[in-house]
Amino acid sequence: MYAIDPSRTDLVEEFRKTPVGHHSPELQKVMNLLRAERFPGKHVLICTKPFKEWRLARLSGVRGEAPEVVEGAVYTTVEEAEWAVFKIRWKAHTGEDLD
Amino acid sequence: MKKRIVGYADQISVAPGEAIEFKVTADGIDLYRADIARLISCDHHPGGSGTREEVIENPVSGAYDGRWQDTYAGSYAVIDDAAPFDALESFTLQAMIWPTMPDRGRQVILGKWSEADETGYALVIDNGGALALMIGDGPGSARVVSTGLALSERIWCFAGASFDAASGMVQVYQKAMIEYALSEGTAEVEEVVAPDPPGKTAAPLMIAASCGGQARGGVIGARHYDGKIDSPRVANRALGLDEMSGLMRRPIPDELQPAIVAAWDLARGVRSTRIEDASVNNLHGRLVNLPARAMKGYNWTGAEMNWRHAPEQYGAIHFHHDDLYDAGWETDFSFTVPDGLASGVYCARLEASGEVDRIPFVVRPPRDKATNDVACLVPTASYMAYANEHVGVDSEMSEVLMGHLSGLKPEDLMLNEHREWGYSLYEVHADGSGVCYSSRLRPVLNWRPGYTIPWVGAAGTAAWQWPADIHIVAWLDAMGHGCDFITDEDLHAEGLGLLERYRCVLTGSHPEYYSTRMWDALDGYLGQGGRLMYLGGNGFYWRIAYHDTLPGVLELRRAEDGIRDWVAEPGEYYHSFSGEYGGLWRRLGRPPQGLVGVGMATQGFDISGYFRRTPGSNDPRAAFVFEGVTDEIIGDFGTVGGGAAGLELDRCDHSLGSPPHTLVLATSENLTHLYFLCPEEVNSVGPIDSARETNLARGDITFVETADGGAVFSASSISWAGSLSWNGFDNNVSKITDNVLRRFLDPAPF
Repeated sequence: MYAIDPSRTDLVEEFRKTPVGHHSPELQKVMNLLRAERFPGKHVLICTKPFKEWRLARLSGVRGEAPEVVEGAVYTTVEEAEWAVFKIRWKAHTGEDLD
Repeated sequence: MKKRIVGYADQISVAPGEAIEFKVTADGIDLYRADIARLISCDHHPGGSGTREEVIENPVSGAYDGRWQDTYAGSYAVIDDAAPFDALESFTLQAMIWPTMPDRGRQVILGKWSEADETGYALVIDNGGALALMIGDGPGSARVVSTGLALSERIWCFAGASFDAASGMVQVYQKAMIEYALSEGTAEVEEVVAPDPPGKTAAPLMIAASCGGQARGGVIGARHYDGKIDSPRVANRALGLDEMSGLMRRPIPDELQPAIVAAWDLARGVRSTRIEDASVNNLHGRLVNLPARAMKGYNWTGAEMNWRHAPEQYGAIHFHHDDLYDAGWETDFSFTVPDGLASGVYCARLEASGEVDRIPFVVRPPRDKATNDVACLVPTASYMAYANEHVGVDSEMSEVLMGHLSGLKPEDLMLNEHREWGYSLYEVHADGSGVCYSSRLRPVLNWRPGYTIPWVGAAGTAAWQWPADIHIVAWLDAMGHGCDFITDEDLHAEGLGLLERYRCVLTGSHPEYYSTRMWDALDGYLGQGGRLMYLGGNGFYWRIAYHDTLPGVLELRRAEDGIRDWVAEPGEYYHSFSGEYGGLWRRLGRPPQGLVGVGMATQGFDISGYFRRTPGSNDPRAAFVFEGVTDEIIGDFGTVGGGAAGLELDRCDHSLGSPPHTLVLATSENLTHLYFLCPEEVNSVGPIDSARETNLARGDITFVETADGGAVFSASSISWAGSLSWNGFDNNVSKITDNVLRRFLDPAPF
């Protein structure tokens, strides 16, 4: 099974430039793992202003339970939100902090 | 972030002179204002056409009291004639059961039980997941005898219990039809309890629920059972085990006939909401909230896959605690469509404390005529398929397929909280079984102009279905085209006669679900000179069936193959509503390519691509399409995924029935690696199934002439409509669409 190699900072940069869209096959392997984050605690965005503002939340996966808002995590672009979650998940998988 | 006011209507399509009733619920809002408005545009995308609505002067406008309205989900059967069941002192209750959530807590299989009074009698699954008999005559006094043996999920089990009022003897018998080595499937318990008949209660005899009170002139179901029930029986004395088995025989032996109170044959009346008592007592019942019918019974052998050919093997009904047909809310106000009101997409606009809710509906032209030469066929069947879908919160793995984070809106948060408002055809019930019925007689929160769906487009920014089709409404208005609006329900009811009033018909962006009558009407229309602009993708994909008598509900069976968000059980591929075989139109022998020249090829939900003109687009037959368009690249812009070639796309394919003279005008490019072939195209999964590796995963814009001067233009892409408004409607997608519409309105043959 594929495992993320934390030394592949080139893939991190590729993601940072284009979080959503065309990815190299190697970056896609990374995203297959990171986006497969499980319940409970799976990250999700809550849109507070259409196309302008999102907050970070976590899902329990139990039907009817409200997503838990992560305090202070507010984003004004999709790129900002995707990068924030990427860093959280990268750390969970590799133990490494990204900048 | 929370929505606090929401409503629904009893109609989806109304003509001048007809009334539509609006039902509203408000959370902590005492007063709200209601208006009726025509919707022209509702797109919050920075490059989109904004919000434009025209309030209609009418007597309905004004202030209304806000209040919360409860919704009672959960399916069950109720027998209205209570007297024969009231009279019982000794009795036997039995059924074959296939429980799907035996660990969910006490649930009622069959009984006459009032929760408030703890009075009556019921065969139940108890809090330990075991079969039990409850007899009660007041709070805290229930006599309960349990087998103590936890039921296995999804294994047929005989469940029977008897009570003899003279001796107080209770017998409970639980026997699984599959006995595994190393586990026990049979339990038989005898216990003597107080020899008093059950207490009297006004609660009726119910199957799959107990009586939780009264509301709106009927009972409220409680303690809902999840799973199948087959062959429920009530007898008027304590039967022995052999006699209980005798009640399962067909016909029931003569010597047992006097003991029978009711013996329901759930395989009768499958196309109705009736359950029929096969005994001489005729204690028929009715189903509430549409549990699933045409379900395999305990005795299904697999020799027959069609419930109509072996009804005796389809005597089960599958009940769910989260079924909903009609929310049953009270009406707040009713709007009568004035004569002469222009056909269009309208809404009841509710406003309170800065929040706005818009309940959409269609005003169609008068029922006997057209008021324009072109009609927009609003794909309400497809809207219903997606109604109240919770994929953004419930799905753990769809983020991998989508390639972006889910983005939830206030509508999604409210839907998550209020599971009693039911599910879409893209989900499973809490018990894991597929949702096969969808109703519009309930609040449907993803039918909101301006709403974007959580799992499509980065951060869930893409309009989808009804919100996306408002793009077409806005475009028609901007380009000065009058248009009649009709719906799938109208087409199903009225057929070819409705379409043939129009020189040209437009589809919505995603007309995925078609009934046989809808398909035949469209086919007939194209065969006699009709012109169709298929302004979407993934159309004509699944068969649905409407109910014979119930308004506002349809059925889907995700059979065989296709993009199946749930999978129909073997033997359950045939519709209960119509008896037809369910599934993809392609698997029914009608690939969409044979109807419109193109058919479903690929889907992806991150970003859209664009179209590149083909050399064949210079054919003089298609000159009208590109008048005033010199670009080779079409639609590399838009509010849905940033391009006109996106989300779900259709391709021309002669092997699937595209006519030989189909002209491919442009083909998609730049689809990401997350666009894949569809399951029905992949016999063996392999490494070349994405748009980066196979040319089959693409969209083709096509033009094809049909008989008698007819024609079809296919945009072949869901995101096409999202590009129409770009740059103030001045762009090549808009121009091409306008060229085609103008030519299609010109009766001159091709």
